[in-house]
Amino acid sequence: MSENRKNRRQKAKRKSEVFYHLMMFPGLFFLILFSYVPMVGILMAFQDFVPAKGLFGSEFVGLKHFIYMFHLPDIAKIIRNTVVIALGKILIGTFMAIAFSILLNEIRRQFFKKTVQTVVYLPHFLSWVVLAAVVVNLFSLDGSVNQILSVFGLGPVNFMGNSKVFPGLIIGTDVWKEFGYNSVVYLAAITGIDAGLHEAAAIDGATWWQRVLHVTLPGMMPIILLMGAMSLTSILSAGFDQIYNLYSPIVYETGDVLDTYVYRIGLVGRQYSFGSAVGLCRSIVGMALLLGANGLTKKLTDQKIF
Amino acid sequence: MIDNKSVGSRVRIRVTYGIVFLLGLICLLPLLNILSISLSSSAAVSANRVGLLPVDFTVAAYRKIIDDSQFWKSFGISVTRVILALILNLAVTVPMAYPLTKSVREFKARNIYMNLLIFAMLFNGGMIPTFILVRNLGLLNTIWALILPGALPIFNVILLMNFFLGIPHSLEEAAIIDGANPFQVLLRILIPCAKPCIATVSLFSIVGSWNDFFSGLIYIQKPEKYPIMTYIQSLSVDIQELLKSGASVNALENVTELSNRNLNAAKIVVAVIPLLLIYPFLQRYLITGIVMGSVKE
Repeated sequence: MSENRKNRRQKAKRKSEVFYHLMMFPGLFFLILFSYVPMVGILMAFQDFVPAKGLFGSEFVGLKHFIYMFHLPDIAKIIRNTVVIALGKILIGTFMAIAFSILLNEIRRQFFKKTVQTVVYLPHFLSWVVLAAVVVNLFSLDGSVNQILSVFGLGPVNFMGNSKVFPGLIIGTDVWKEFGYNSVVYLAAITGIDAGLHEAAAIDGATWWQRVLHVTLPGMMPIILLMGAMSLTSILSAGFDQIYNLYSPIVYETGDVLDTYVYRIGLVGRQYSFGSAVGLCRSIVGMALLLGANGLTKKLTDQKIF
Repeated sequence: MIDNKSVGSRVRIRVTYGIVFLLGLICLLPLLNILSISLSSSAAVSANRVGLLPVDFTVAAYRKIIDDSQFWKSFGISVTRVILALILNLAVTVPMAYPLTKSVREFKARNIYMNLLIFAMLFNGGMIPTFILVRNLGLLNTIWALILPGALPIFNVILLMNFFLGIPHSLEEAAIIDGANPFQVLLRILIPCAKPCIATVSLFSIVGSWNDFFSGLIYIQKPEKYPIMTYIQSLSVDIQELLKSGASVNALENVTELSNRNLNAAKIVVAVIPLLLIYPFLQRYLITGIVMGSVKE
């Protein structure tokens, strides 16, 4: 009897598993086709890949493209640009998002708060194609920003044509686009802080600033650490969409980053093998960063990224 | 003493309101600028007289768009793409998320699938091998090149999986005892319970497809087949090059594109309208999305 029931349960379980595999199948199909097949395609980084000959007909050349890459004077510059822009975005962006969330939390008038939130979250949802047009209008030589600067007897500054200013423009406009949206997660963290702590600190005579420093910020620390660790993973992606829509050859010196470089040299210039080699190095470092960030997060907080 | 303190805190609150208001303005004004440009005469735009309010108010640019067949073609391609991508994304991610909530005891291959997904999140073939693949599949210059490579957003699978895990297990068990198979459990129990999460991943998908210009840039080589964002990007390329190279707008007045600055602005505004229409939902659900995404396990 019990043997019978066990058998029946086994059978039902096996039947369920068939269903599970069926449900996984469409996803698995796309996963293999568009994630794993291109990984095999990386082989072209070790070849002199000729599209007409295909991956199996092209000649293997070993590490030729990697050696070439490390001898290229451009590559150090491009890595530096990438890291400078990405770090600038992470540091200033995080600071702004935290500061904004602390200020916003002080706002008591709900209508005012909701309106501001609606406005500051909006740029996050707009494409860089659209926002680049906005930025170009504002920051061109005759644009509003230079008109304002001239009132103070400054400028004109050629924001998009001066390689000294360009990274600042990129970092600044990205912070502008994202600080509102990024503040959401910090605002949630602040709301989670025990109100009793604030009251106790206030009774002890702590000023607002002291309470921010000793109650609010420590309370937000787990989420700040988590977000910080996660943002480490984006250190090699300085934002293709944004830079591609704003840069030009005159600012390559400081504005060309890994992704734009791979696109230009590899895809537009059809140096498929060399482009893949650069892409592979980027992917490997990116993976190491993600694993590191995950380990760090697990250590610092009890959460993990994946 | 007490008075003193309350004066100080009143000043602080004023300053706080001021800063928050200012940050709001900084986000709003640049967007208003492009709207005013689209509603101003091209003479005023070329002379750079347009700031926050339209100068020589006119809807001429919008009237021109109505007859612009390429604009509407690209608009239509993007609408089709958003719908197809949304259907495909949901059809692929939702069924995939459910078996992943099972333990290895219930679903032996569970961890194999999970690790395949995680590895694909960690490491990818990169831009060029993916491009070669899409080309070899014969997808170049078709709408499928814009849809299929992004058919499986892995992050959304994980999001859905985590949400399913939070649904009380007893509901599912009751259905199983009543003889429901896993498909029926997913369809009748889990999907109705996971509506907020499904709304979130749907919005991710819609915004992502609508805003994406990169797939169009690399996979579509015929301008008449561009999706909307790639189309708009292609418009602004020439004039941006000129402006960025340091030429001043006045010196460029004879360049024909320049008189189109208000027309381009109008195209941008129209291209953003679909997002503005769903913006209330975006605000509601994507914020839930962030919170769900950050509170894992």
